Amino acid sequence: MKKKNTKKKYTKKQILTGYAFLAPFLIAFAVFTILPMVASIVLSFTYFNGFVWPDFVGLSNYIKLFLKDELFMKAISNTLVFALVTGPVSYFLSLTLAWIISEFSRKIRSVLTLIFYAPSICGGVYLVFTIIFNGDRYGWINSFLLNHNIIYEPIQWTTDPTYMIYVAILVILWSSLGTSFLSFIAGFLNVDQTMYEAGAIDGVSNRWQELWYITLPSMKPQLLFGAVMSITGSFGVGPILDGLFGNPSTDYALYTMVHELSDYANTRLELGYASAIATVLFIIMLVANRFVQKIISKVGE
Amino acid sequence: MKRLNRSRGGTIALFGFIAIIACFSAFPMVLVVGNSLKSLSELWKFPPTIFPKNPTLKNYVDMFNAMSSSVVPFSRYLVNTILITVLGTLANVIAGSMAAYSLCKLHYPGRDFIFGLVVKALMFNTTVTAIPLYVIMSNLGIVDSLWSVILPTLGSTLSLYLIKQFMEQSIPDSILEAARLDGASEWRVFWKIIMPNIKPAWCTAILLSVQTYWNTLPNMLIYSEEKKTLAYVLNQISASGLSRAGVTAAITVFMMIVPITVFLASQSQVLQTMATSGMKD
Repeated sequence: MKKKNTKKKYTKKQILTGYAFLAPFLIAFAVFTILPMVASIVLSFTYFNGFVWPDFVGLSNYIKLFLKDELFMKAISNTLVFALVTGPVSYFLSLTLAWIISEFSRKIRSVLTLIFYAPSICGGVYLVFTIIFNGDRYGWINSFLLNHNIIYEPIQWTTDPTYMIYVAILVILWSSLGTSFLSFIAGFLNVDQTMYEAGAIDGVSNRWQELWYITLPSMKPQLLFGAVMSITGSFGVGPILDGLFGNPSTDYALYTMVHELSDYANTRLELGYASAIATVLFIIMLVANRFVQKIISKVGE
Repeated sequence: MKRLNRSRGGTIALFGFIAIIACFSAFPMVLVVGNSLKSLSELWKFPPTIFPKNPTLKNYVDMFNAMSSSVVPFSRYLVNTILITVLGTLANVIAGSMAAYSLCKLHYPGRDFIFGLVVKALMFNTTVTAIPLYVIMSNLGIVDSLWSVILPTLGSTLSLYLIKQFMEQSIPDSILEAARLDGASEWRVFWKIIMPNIKPAWCTAILLSVQTYWNTLPNMLIYSEEKKTLAYVLNQISASGLSRAGVTAAITVFMMIVPITVFLASQSQVLQTMATSGMKD
């Protein structure tokens, strides 16, 4: 964000009109986003059960978090694994599919866009995966594998920690082609066509070079926006998985920060501690955003 | 238009790749539609079928029967979900467009700072604010009412961001100046010039918000049975055992129809909006 140095005089009317239009949003934004964010950071230094006034306890929530809470370490590592795998994979999948789709004619493009985008907007459909990954011999995958003598015992896809994580990642990826995907399609469709002609003259000889030297650099703003959407999404996974794997999942194999957060907030009423968890998650997301923005700014160089 | 630099082999390879992924992506949806049309005996036939041999609407009939027979009538959940979706979407679109107009076309101190906060807010997931949010809502006395879901949509940052970015590139200041010189008030300018010209942007806001609120599952904020939503019932019924698998499939299809219809209706508008969604670093 650039600061303007020009000292402008605003009339009272300008200021009033400006804030009048902003008011409905700004009040809700302040009350339901900014205030909770600040409160969360403040509460993380207190003991608070929701009934009596919070007690200041210094860093002890954070000390407990990082040194004594094994479940937290499990939650944070699961969250990071999910975010580090599904975030980038989903991002590149969105980008690749958007790129290919943008090469097709308008009609085929609309159909394909619908097919890929639909899983992210249809809440309950993922529950079908319980039939596909059912753990007995009649589950679709199991019966297929058994019939072809690839396995001899049915695999407990949704309760055996060895396999759960893969099933989970698959389901998350399936439903992850959302806003960033649409943004990428639009980005590819709106590249200035004359740039390709200019590129061809300058010696760009195949579609890969075209992609790296012309297309991607010209849609950098979309790449940044898509990254923000992907990061925000990939750190929020958890609840979507409960219908498939149950909560708590076997051996807490899919226990994420979101679960830990709601456990301490809703069940144990240790709100101060839960706020410390939230604050850590918040910081991780901001750092991830900074990091990814740095990388994307290098595209096409 | 003929594109340069296209080898035929590459095109075929890419087409094959995308066909495989498209099948994988569509399969669960095709399966759930198929299952919703199967009788119970066919649902559990082995080996399983994807498409029903003897399609029946029985599951849909059962779904509507279940609407009237449970303790809290099923129609209650439907009404709750529709209320949340309609009011939430209206609030989101109007407050978002007004704020976008203010942040984009009006001039006053603090404007750039506020937009900076909006962009920052896009970067974290709302789960991190859930606890204080609950405390704030209980102080406002809106916990366990539909308002706890509807009011926060007034402050939704994603639609505001998308509308503002679109407005910046689609409405030149000169049109607004001309209207103001003609004596139009800002309120009039907003409704007569801004809103008709940013249709793609608010169509996108409608899509995003319908999809969010139609599927909403406010477990933490709403605990009275008669205020719960369709997504909640869907989870309940599908958890209640395999004998309800057919009805579950029917409800799932029913839930799918709304967001998909909205997307079909708004796809080209959404892509226009997304073309301006880019972020500067």
